[in-house]
Amino acid sequence: MTQIRQSLVIALWFMFLTFPILVIRVNTIENIIEWRWLNMLYIGAGSFLGSFAWRYFLARKGQGTRKIAAPGGTAAAATAPPETGPDGNDLSASARSAGKSRTFPSIPEVEAVSAPADLGGVLTPAPAYADKPWLHRLLDSPRLYRPFLIALAVAALVFPFLPFASTYQINILTNALLYVMLGLGLNIVVGLAGLLHLGYVAFYAVGAYSYALLYYHFGIGFWTALPLGALLAALFGILLGFPVLRLRGDYLAIVTLGFAEITRLVLENWNEFSFGPSGIAGIPRPGLFGWEMDLHAATIYIYFLMIVLCLLTIFVVNRLQNSRIGRAWVALREDETACEAMGVNPTAAKLTAFALGSTWAGLAGVVFAAKTTFVNPASFTFLESAMILSIVVLGGMGSIVGVIIGAFILILMPEYLRAFSEYRMLLFGLIMVVMMIFRPQGIVSGVRRSYEFHRETGEKR
Amino acid sequence: MDYFLELFLGGLTRGSIYALIALGYTMVYGIIELINFAHGEIYMIGAFTALIVSSVLAFAGFSGMSVLFLAAAVAIIYSAAYGFTVEKIAYKPLRQAPRLSPLISAIGMSIFLQNYVMLAQTSDFLPFPSLLPELPFLEELGIKIGATEVIILATTAISMVFLTLLIKFTRMGKAMRATAQDRNMAMLVGVDVNRTISYTFIIGSVLAAIGGVLIASHIGRINFYIGFIAGIKAFTAAVLGGIGSIPGAVLGALVLGWTESFATGYVSSDYEDVFAFILLVLILIVRPSGLLGRSTVQKV
Repeated sequence: MTQIRQSLVIALWFMFLTFPILVIRVNTIENIIEWRWLNMLYIGAGSFLGSFAWRYFLARKGQGTRKIAAPGGTAAAATAPPETGPDGNDLSASARSAGKSRTFPSIPEVEAVSAPADLGGVLTPAPAYADKPWLHRLLDSPRLYRPFLIALAVAALVFPFLPFASTYQINILTNALLYVMLGLGLNIVVGLAGLLHLGYVAFYAVGAYSYALLYYHFGIGFWTALPLGALLAALFGILLGFPVLRLRGDYLAIVTLGFAEITRLVLENWNEFSFGPSGIAGIPRPGLFGWEMDLHAATIYIYFLMIVLCLLTIFVVNRLQNSRIGRAWVALREDETACEAMGVNPTAAKLTAFALGSTWAGLAGVVFAAKTTFVNPASFTFLESAMILSIVVLGGMGSIVGVIIGAFILILMPEYLRAFSEYRMLLFGLIMVVMMIFRPQGIVSGVRRSYEFHRETGEKR
Repeated sequence: MDYFLELFLGGLTRGSIYALIALGYTMVYGIIELINFAHGEIYMIGAFTALIVSSVLAFAGFSGMSVLFLAAAVAIIYSAAYGFTVEKIAYKPLRQAPRLSPLISAIGMSIFLQNYVMLAQTSDFLPFPSLLPELPFLEELGIKIGATEVIILATTAISMVFLTLLIKFTRMGKAMRATAQDRNMAMLVGVDVNRTISYTFIIGSVLAAIGGVLIASHIGRINFYIGFIAGIKAFTAAVLGGIGSIPGAVLGALVLGWTESFATGYVSSDYEDVFAFILLVLILIVRPSGLLGRSTVQKV
């Protein structure tokens, strides 16, 4: 009963809140006022039901925290506790404030890697936990995911030759793959190194414009421009990185955002350099040993190119994640001070994260320019950065599979549900808020490689 | 010299509006250490509410000062309500979460509110009626500034005085200062921290709404995107003055206003927004704690 009353109050509050903006629309040209009372009804009903769901999920999340925190506190010293803390212990540096049970996960891991077997024990990769989500269990055992992967690969290869795959369909899929690449690149900066980067699109623009301008002035082709664009973007990343990396998280967010806006405004206003808002048209598609392709063939070609690039990205990011520098990033994300004390140079680690993240944006930018054959500053607004960020947030920060799934959901869904594409940005905003509150680790949380220490040589528990 | 004076006054007006918005940022940051990205959107909603209310009132046959005051009052109430609700939805559940989480949530909220207004209203620029009255006695005194400028400056100055009094001398102000210094300790001595944080958001939103109404009547047109740029600039002002410091925010806003005004006047008007960002980057590199901010030592 109190629940219903509470929800009623909330519904009334939201009806009041949205009244002027949603109900009244002023047409200033003809001087008429439109009253849209129906909207008010929708809001009332929606928030009434929504508040129930909100409370239910909040309560469930609260329960989850208690359940996992209890065993984690006692057993933390011996084994690495569950990977997916409900409060996102894989997120960032608040570990200190969050209490002991959550500071521990990073310590055994860092030690485990650097202090090997001279204690008479053996480090073995931690076994799958019983309480791991089903997706992780699936990803852990090759027997389960291999057939799935093969099926996916076959589907991806056959897709462009299926009868229903029009140029448009292939283009959409290429687009999704492009965002997979961007998402994985941003994932290095945001997910692994924990630096909130709101200006990622600037490096995308650097890549796209470097191909466009190099072609325009020097006639440089796609294959030469691809590494050059990536290199230029990486250089820009380092250039931006040097001054701003001393800043704390939230300042960094604003400065990167400001940098992206500067880039866009310069591209828009510096007519002699970038041809202003009208952009550069007539950029050639990538060639294949001088073979002339029609539009459909070229689309398929770019699609396969994108698949290869995506595989390359996945491979590199995966290797990076488990490398020395990758572990340094994760340690940096968890606690910068502790990380510095362990001998990691934070500035160097952050700079590499910036440079590598920007490299992928540059690559994606070159492909984007080649795909659309046209670039202008309007493609590189803040909303684009926000979209890539919501891909990473939705998919799961630090998780490769998560980012791929996130990119496909967020790019393909608005394409196939046309009615819904108008509400796309509204939804992106909502996703960021809701995911942070209820599931900060994303759809698929990042799997941290963990080790267990056993005194008896080689014996597995 | 006349041109210089014109630019100087333009910068002053601009700066005082930035100050109204920057105060919201700086107060919220002071109390929960969060950049409230949605703050610019609160300002935009204030301007939109004022536009809608004044149009409805004009339709109903009201005119003159009553429209201005009613529209401003409704805008202030609604902005405060939005500020309060945004805090309850997007930030309160994340009090204990890692720093990155509320920040992302704030960005999401900002995008959400922008698109909510765009979908519910329109994506075009709407003409904003000039609500501010003419002040004929100014001409007689031989003052060269326009009436809107005078009103903006006066309103800003009055708001600042009120805010300072509120923070210095009331119970609520004391609670806010205590919470900003140490939230746990404030809780221990009996401050209702949640309520104090809500008050902070409400006060910040009220100031943003005042700024919204003023600048919308000054410029004469609004759309759903004005909050984004204004928000970033106000944030720049807050950082410039030293985030968390209230006089700092005002000083930073004035410096930013003058910088923009002189730079567009003497250099180039194409790059108006670029100057603000360059100033922000420079300040963060040279003096991250801002003009009046104290640099804090990170304790381990």
